[in-house]
Amino acid sequence: MRYKIIFVLLSGLALTPLAHALDYNGIQADKSSLDFIYKQIGVPVDGHFKKFSAQLNFDPAKPAAARAVFELDLASIDAGTDEANDEVAGRDWFNTKAFPHAKFESTGFKALGGNRYEVSGKMSIKGHTIVVSTPFTLTPQANGAAVDGSFVLKRADYAIGEGSWSDFGTVANEIQIKFHFQAMGGK
Amino acid sequence: MTSLQHPDSSSHYTSTAISLHWMMAILLFSLFMAGVYMHELPLSPWKLQIYSWHKWAGITAFLLVLARLSWRYTHRPPPLPRTLSKPAELAAHAGHTLLYLLMICIPLTGWLMSSAKGFQTVYFGVLPIPDLLAKNKELGNLLREVHEALNFVLLAVVIGHAGAALKHHLIDKDDVLTRMLPRHSS
Repeated sequence: MRYKIIFVLLSGLALTPLAHALDYNGIQADKSSLDFIYKQIGVPVDGHFKKFSAQLNFDPAKPAAARAVFELDLASIDAGTDEANDEVAGRDWFNTKAFPHAKFESTGFKALGGNRYEVSGKMSIKGHTIVVSTPFTLTPQANGAAVDGSFVLKRADYAIGEGSWSDFGTVANEIQIKFHFQAMGGK
Repeated sequence: MTSLQHPDSSSHYTSTAISLHWMMAILLFSLFMAGVYMHELPLSPWKLQIYSWHKWAGITAFLLVLARLSWRYTHRPPPLPRTLSKPAELAAHAGHTLLYLLMICIPLTGWLMSSAKGFQTVYFGVLPIPDLLAKNKELGNLLREVHEALNFVLLAVVIGHAGAALKHHLIDKDDVLTRMLPRHSS
């Protein structure tokens, strides 16, 4: 009887990591970051977003069944200066009053080999929705995994920077986006 | 007179020195006016454009002052008039030293300020100038104050410089001003 209980406990312990540790079901926002680099008259300027959230359901063994929804609070932007932060909240840029959030909803994941994957999905910013995809790496760690990737977003696709700002000579069309998410392992 | 011993070089500036002087004068005047005008502008593509021009012109001024100093080192300027009193001579040397110091320090503080504010300087939008400081908002604001203050010191010294030249021309009636004017024939 006793041995049987111990056996059950041990097998339970042994099976837990196999059954759950590879399934990621969320991110730790405080250990994640979303940075971007934009070019202003040839000068690269760093910025980042402070507030975002994500729902994640990702099992590397079954990428086809994975799903991710990412929501970004556009008012939490730091575009380099206070002056720039005020400006990008305005109508010409994000128009955060009317469109406070940007959203990415995955439509499919693909394994690219090793720890590399690709996610495709619908990116919605300022009322414009475009299908985009980005590669990323997933590096398993003790209590989850690090998800890292970067892609280029063309601001004109979403009407970010209209009117006098639409000229790419002042602010380039290509915005480099860099993401680092701390994914939590399933329990 | 010394001019008899060195008829070609000692009584006047070389045309290179004269060109450098006036190029610098035009550049510094434009930089100063742009600086005063641009810093209160609301953010716009125009503001960013002016800032870029200001930074590129500032680097150019810095390079020009280095060129001037090396030219001056190899081509000594003509001596001051012998009629000058000792205190006036000291004041002239101090003024010129201060002008050169400011012409070096002002672009340097601009460059440092740009780095501290998180905007690298890219010469003509092509050549990146390394950042000497990491981004630091307080330091950036402090450097802005220093850059501005030094510019007003420069303004005061330039007014003194031009005033002294006019005094030499109108009151002393010597050639201190005219020898720096562009020559009509070479």
